[in-house]
Amino acid sequence: MNATFTADELAFRTEVRHFFENEFPGDILEKQTNAVPLTRDDVVRWHKKMFEKGWAAPNWPQELGGTGWSPVQKYLFADEQARVSAPPFLSFGVSMVGPIIYTFGSEEQKQRFLPDILQFNTWWCQGYSEPGAGSDLASLKTRADRNGDHYVVNGTKSWTTLGQYADWIFCLVRTSSDVARRQEGISFLLIDMNQPGVSVKPIVLLDGEHEVNEVHFDNVKVPLENLVGEEGKGWTYGKVLLQHERTGIAGVADSKYRLSRLKARTALSIRGATPLSADRIFMRKIAAAEVELKALEYTELRTLASVASGKAPGPESSILKIAGTELRQAIDSLRLEASAYYALPYVRDQYVADFPEDKRIGEGTETNASLTYFNDRKVSIFGGSNEIQKNIIAKHVLGL
Amino acid sequence: MDFSLNDVQSMLADSIEKFIANDYDFKARQKYSESKTGYSQDVWQTFSELGWTAVPFREEDGGFDGGPVEMTVVMERFGRGLIVEPYLANIVLAGGVLRRAANETQKSEWLSPIIAGELQATLAFVEPQARYDISNIATTAAQDGDRWSINGRKGYVLNGGNADLLIVPARTAGGQSDYEGITLFGIGSELAGVSFRDYQTIDGQRAAEIDFSDVTLSSDKVIGEVNKGYQSLQAAISDATLAVSAEAIGIMSVLTEKTIEYSKSRVQFGVPISSFQALQHRMVEMYTACEQSRSLMMWAAMAIADGNDESESALHALKYQIGTAGTRVGEEAVQIHGGMGVTWELDVAHYFKRLTAINLMFGNADWHLDRLAATTAS
Repeated sequence: MNATFTADELAFRTEVRHFFENEFPGDILEKQTNAVPLTRDDVVRWHKKMFEKGWAAPNWPQELGGTGWSPVQKYLFADEQARVSAPPFLSFGVSMVGPIIYTFGSEEQKQRFLPDILQFNTWWCQGYSEPGAGSDLASLKTRADRNGDHYVVNGTKSWTTLGQYADWIFCLVRTSSDVARRQEGISFLLIDMNQPGVSVKPIVLLDGEHEVNEVHFDNVKVPLENLVGEEGKGWTYGKVLLQHERTGIAGVADSKYRLSRLKARTALSIRGATPLSADRIFMRKIAAAEVELKALEYTELRTLASVASGKAPGPESSILKIAGTELRQAIDSLRLEASAYYALPYVRDQYVADFPEDKRIGEGTETNASLTYFNDRKVSIFGGSNEIQKNIIAKHVLGL
Repeated sequence: MDFSLNDVQSMLADSIEKFIANDYDFKARQKYSESKTGYSQDVWQTFSELGWTAVPFREEDGGFDGGPVEMTVVMERFGRGLIVEPYLANIVLAGGVLRRAANETQKSEWLSPIIAGELQATLAFVEPQARYDISNIATTAAQDGDRWSINGRKGYVLNGGNADLLIVPARTAGGQSDYEGITLFGIGSELAGVSFRDYQTIDGQRAAEIDFSDVTLSSDKVIGEVNKGYQSLQAAISDATLAVSAEAIGIMSVLTEKTIEYSKSRVQFGVPISSFQALQHRMVEMYTACEQSRSLMMWAAMAIADGNDESESALHALKYQIGTAGTRVGEEAVQIHGGMGVTWELDVAHYFKRLTAINLMFGNADWHLDRLAATTAS
């Protein structure tokens, strides 16, 4: 039993660290450090930079432009990425629809879509949830009716993250209602968003940000060749997708560095005052979060070691999403507490690149603590709410 | 990176699992627990014959040369079997001090017969006023030529009533809680001035309050250097902290498995209670608590084996987790078993009681979290 990395793995880590420290766009890193929101252009630029480096698709097979990294290398990469607060990959293209297309799509679809996903020439978004279909995804109502050489799509998708920037959307749609199980008759469609009948309406979240949208389809024509795999099998493909990113979903690396930054901050004396680290009650909460983090880290490493040795991830991997999101929210709460009065100003605009520093409220980025706290309520809700995750573990792991 | 057991560790695990499955059911455990000594000498001999009592000792001392990982392998399985034999007292605590501090003569006089299962021993690390502060020692040892005279009281001496050899830390210099000035003595329990009150503990084990009144010893009973006993005392307590944590993980896993099994067979309102979501989610939380605890145990065992600078905080983290998650798992197991969970008859209650006891020894959850917070802040 050992938790050490090989010399090759350590050399890889050094290479990744060197890249993030020296070659990654400095202005983007600076924005991340100062909690300045990224623009669409920033996101595209960083993906293209990763593509040039050959690192745009850690999970893809090498012949399609993937990195060929081992599970341990992927882990180290994610860790280094989080260490410098570099933004993680936008998952919709490279992590979600890409693997679906290369696993279930036609040769033609692979050639048509994969290069643009890899190079980030197209921005993808995800059309699963609907106003009436959240955790109960199989109750979705968006319909695609065959009409000659195309489908006619009608319905509404909801919670579409960054759909306002997207060129394409991948959707689960109902192609047949005459089915024994609701999970049947659902198909996986790729839809061009730049066409008549597609409209995107913002949903503003509790932190005031326009992060998600409603996407409406009003008699939208989608060519039959945009169907992935077989008609009616979309549910199966979608499920595979949900399992695709098992490790990493816990956000361990991110939590690790967020907690260590918070800890560093508690040790600072602000204007000569006693640092927060002298407050043993608060530090006990930090310590408890660190225990959670370490447990999670080792649970993830156990999963990783299992996959690396050619086995399936053990059942312990099922707890990663729940434990990871709970920890993330716990860290958010600690940041909120650490900021005290300075969590209260609602001054989003002060964290933009050209905002004059002497006009900023607060001594750091602490006024962002509340925004993060509010925004991260989503993490225990999306991707299958934590209650749904517990249902899944109860059924599939515990056999209840 | 590899979290699997190697061949030797797997063999060790298998042999213990086989023994428990074939020769140590709950009924036998209860019989041994309720016997006069609180354990079975026959079983103890078997442990010795199978080599389990040799695990943490060096080969030249007649041991198996096992480290922290091997210790967790053994103790997790002992937890699953709810073993009452005095492994912690003899092998982990007394053995932990002897293997570090004893001279060759003492090793052949004490350690070899302990490994052979022929001598019962223990470490008297608790005093009534000390709670979890092992350096808080009011028991005194006064030197007069090459004789020492011991006076004081030790509490919760595990296996104390059975022990032939008591390893007793006593204050020989300094203030009551100083690390410096603690000396370790090997005291024969038959000596004049040693008096016992032997009792059963809530978890079906045996312990004793022991008074020392002008107990006289010769200098060859000093273990290690005079005034320098703290380090090996502390190291043995760390070993024991890891050991009971691993034991707790075995217990937590059994309780989770038994609860799942019971919920599937218990029918109420015409359906198995396992179909109730309120219970399903709670069992998922029990399962999560087990796996997260296991992850921390692996971290701690590996950190201690490497001797790296995380080993101290890893042990604090683990024992804190065991205290919180273990208590939760124990209480939930009882709750989901309903009325049956609160009976003496069912093993669940006894597993729960052992978990409760483990939380209260070698520092409870709060105590470890507080130490972790202190290191975190510095």
